Amino acid sequence: MNKRIYRIAMLAMLLTLLAACAPAPTPAPTAAPPTAAPTVAAPQALLFSSTQFNPVEEQEKMRTVILKDFTAAKVDFVVDPTEAPFMDRIIAEQKTGKITVGVIGALHGTFPNLVQANALEDLTALAAKLQSRSIVKEFMTLGKLGSDKQYYIPWMQATYIMVYNKKALPYLPAGANVDALTYAQFAEWGKNITTATKEKKLGLPAGPTGLMHRLTQGYLYPSYTGGLVTTYKSDDAVKMWTDVKAIWEQTNPQSTTYNNMQDALLSEEVWVTIDHTARVVNAFKNKPNDFLAAPAPAGPKGRYYMSVLAGLGIMKGTPNKAGAEALIDYLTQPVQQAATTREVNFYPVLETGLPADVPAHVKLELDGVVKQSKASDAKVALLPIGLGGKAGDFNKIQQDTLTRIVLKGEDIKKVLDEEGAKLNALMAELKAACWSPDPSSGDKPCQVK
Amino acid sequence: MPSSRFILNRIFLYAVAIALAVWTLAPLYLIALAAFSTKEAVFQWPKLFLPTAFSTETMAFFVGSTGVLDSVKNSIIVALVTVVASLILGAPGGYALARFRFRGKDAIQLGFLISKMFPTAILSVPLAIAFLQMDLYDTLWGVALMHTAMALPFVIIVTAGIFVGVPRDLEEAAQTLGCNRLQAFWRVVMPLTIPGLAAAAIFTFVLSWNEVFAATILTLRNRTLPAQVLSGLSGSPLYYRYAGGFFMILPAVVFIFAIRKYLLNMWGNIVR
Amino acid sequence: MRVRTESILPYSLLAPTLIFITLLIVVPIFQAFLLAFQTADGEFTLTQFEKMIADTSFADALKFTFLLLIFIVPAQVVLALVMALLIHTRFKGHTFFLYIYALPLAISDLAAGIVWLAIFTERGFLNSGLFQLGLLERPFLFLSYQNLPALFSTLIIAESWRATAIVMVILLAGLQVIPRDYFEAADVFGANTLKRTLFVVLPLLRPSLQNALIIRTIFAFQTFAVVLALAGRVIPVLTGEAYNWYALNRNANIAAAYSTLVLIFTVIATVVYFRLLRTSTAEAGFD
Repeated sequence: MNKRIYRIAMLAMLLTLLAACAPAPTPAPTAAPPTAAPTVAAPQALLFSSTQFNPVEEQEKMRTVILKDFTAAKVDFVVDPTEAPFMDRIIAEQKTGKITVGVIGALHGTFPNLVQANALEDLTALAAKLQSRSIVKEFMTLGKLGSDKQYYIPWMQATYIMVYNKKALPYLPAGANVDALTYAQFAEWGKNITTATKEKKLGLPAGPTGLMHRLTQGYLYPSYTGGLVTTYKSDDAVKMWTDVKAIWEQTNPQSTTYNNMQDALLSEEVWVTIDHTARVVNAFKNKPNDFLAAPAPAGPKGRYYMSVLAGLGIMKGTPNKAGAEALIDYLTQPVQQAATTREVNFYPVLETGLPADVPAHVKLELDGVVKQSKASDAKVALLPIGLGGKAGDFNKIQQDTLTRIVLKGEDIKKVLDEEGAKLNALMAELKAACWSPDPSSGDKPCQVK
Repeated sequence: MPSSRFILNRIFLYAVAIALAVWTLAPLYLIALAAFSTKEAVFQWPKLFLPTAFSTETMAFFVGSTGVLDSVKNSIIVALVTVVASLILGAPGGYALARFRFRGKDAIQLGFLISKMFPTAILSVPLAIAFLQMDLYDTLWGVALMHTAMALPFVIIVTAGIFVGVPRDLEEAAQTLGCNRLQAFWRVVMPLTIPGLAAAAIFTFVLSWNEVFAATILTLRNRTLPAQVLSGLSGSPLYYRYAGGFFMILPAVVFIFAIRKYLLNMWGNIVR
Repeated sequence: MRVRTESILPYSLLAPTLIFITLLIVVPIFQAFLLAFQTADGEFTLTQFEKMIADTSFADALKFTFLLLIFIVPAQVVLALVMALLIHTRFKGHTFFLYIYALPLAISDLAAGIVWLAIFTERGFLNSGLFQLGLLERPFLFLSYQNLPALFSTLIIAESWRATAIVMVILLAGLQVIPRDYFEAADVFGANTLKRTLFVVLPLLRPSLQNALIIRTIFAFQTFAVVLALAGRVIPVLTGEAYNWYALNRNANIAAAYSTLVLIFTVIATVVYFRLLRTSTAEAGFD
């Protein structure tokens, strides 16, 4: 008797539970909230997933200004600040075949990961169609990622420049030209400021998501050694790290928390810095009278700078391929390219160059960018090529080298030997050939000498 | 007539209480101050401690930007579903742990704990794949489901503590008076535990509200507030980060106010 | 008869939760866990752990994770105990103070990182205050890699602020089951009350302390947002490294190795707490 009652009670309880949890594990499509309409149901929708434009203002500009006139599809512009969720989602979609993403906007360095995830459509046909656009040829070649397929169409570019507060000018070393500094003068400038103000006012983006490793790869190493991988532990490299230590002596120690330099510039924790154009532009915007841009310093081997390239790809198996192609077409039109510079401060990838009518803060920064590319000793360092999914491991070697030499004060030669060995192992594993400015290694992997 | 020793004690007690309150409130005041300052004031040196540069400009822009208000709505929906689901699923489990001795009990409890010990961030690829396969990807149901699973160990522990606090005699008395076990539970135990359960519910709400990893990886267009804040703030200038930070803290202040009466008995033992 | 149904009932009550957690948490954890023992091609290997140990930040991460634990957890317990004992005297207005002390309970570590950076950064609120009081000539660098004690202290302060509330709430619940004879509101802070607290109240609080310590330690191993915001790469912690390897270096295998290590340490810590603060399970809030 008792037993039956218990059974019934249990059953009732279980039923309540099951009924209650039913909508969660298996929701009927109709039960989904209205906002969750899948792309498949509305063919005109297009998901544009981007790693660029993290700042909330730029996202708004992208949505309300740049994408405003695009009518071929209803674009959802979604931004992920770090690569992880962005890549994870694309990998997961490819693995399950349930594709929602249409256009992918990312940095050159991200695309090899996408190829590895087999996530990109071949855009060779689209590239042919866009031939009259006069997109810079070198950029188009980069978009092939060393293959014969066009994996991405160049979208926009940026670079790293020096930005300084006008208050720092009186402390410039005697005879130095702020638009043609050397790294030695840069260090001396910092020293003069420290002596006068008792505060270290140079700043570098060495925070957890700062881009210091790019400065090492594309600015310091090439400018001092004329290479990156082959010269990783050369005598020139030892000299370079000695100078970097001297620069760090005058650098605000809080640099290890700086992810972008604009806030430190605006609060005047820092007077002089080198960072990505998108990460300092706000300084010009908020206090246009305080700041100026200049080329990055030069080393013994020249004034190397790095051009950052972002591209547009199409997700393999996207439900709206026509819309995706139309969007890439739209974004590479001269009008939109100019708008990108005007509104969000990235630069065009077209041969036609920079637009004339730009807002004051963009102009201030552009002056530095132009001076940098036109400098007599200016040379371009390429972004790393052929690292595939191991770009993170490559970056970590430069980050670790900096941490050990500069922050922990370890012996330069010892660190370069050890990190150089790691670099060799990585390059050998990847069978990646050298890229400029390292001399060609033919079809052999690039190795430290 | 209170003795002077008593008065001294009181003074000391209030002094300590106030000092601790200042310690807790000062950071909240400062972030509020920073969130409602002009852009210039955010970068000013030295910073002022009174709201002399009051401005709602950055806050208004942040709240007005695309997706923020939607994400607030999403967060509320997800949190409500999470609360309901985790209580319905978890409370019976808590009751079982509180009232029964059974084989494997310790193992199950340890299992709940262990499920909270692995860093969540790196679970994203397996989770995203599973959710895509279940067609739950980028839906609020999916996020709520995940949050429910994440909150359940907590809900079980808290509800077990609450049920332990209800004297077993009461339940047994009800059963001897003719109630069956379910009735005894429903009519006698439940009413006594409502305050504690309410507190647990609101705390679960807060857990869901603050959760960022699952929400970021499992959604794309239907983001919750923390996911939206993370995607919009990491590269933004300082003043927007302050505005976003404050905007995330504000609900916390309201939630804790709502459960302030139950704070005393949330972690079990409603012995007053 | 009754025995049999009794033995099924608890399992059926727990079943939905177990299924849920198994499917959504245990299975993904297991999948991620496997990554730590695999090469990129899926073959069994221990090289991920070798790489992890050879990693530049590994030794530091290990050291700082435990240092933080050793400093933060006791700081929180003492602070929380003072708060809980205060509230427990039920002085006039104690509910108001309880509300205030509990506020950080609902603040995410993401938000807490933003808040404390605003305070400790070079031109932040703390330096502004000290400067205006005339105590400083120029900003003091709290977040400098050259001044690890100061940097480390900021982490302890920020984490103590954020996560003391949960310890307090647990201890407060524990205090309430202790018979009131042990307390006399009026002389809570008298000298003999201090002794009473140490020798009478604390032992009675053991079940709650155990709960608080376990929960705090699990959380302490998991949180890194505040550490990352204030200390960048200078003070690495294990979970932060797992996150960096996963999110920034895109190497899920090494991230999984780090995560596995975190899991192992947390389990060990939990077992240690159970041993050190052995209580009958009936007393414990988990029960």
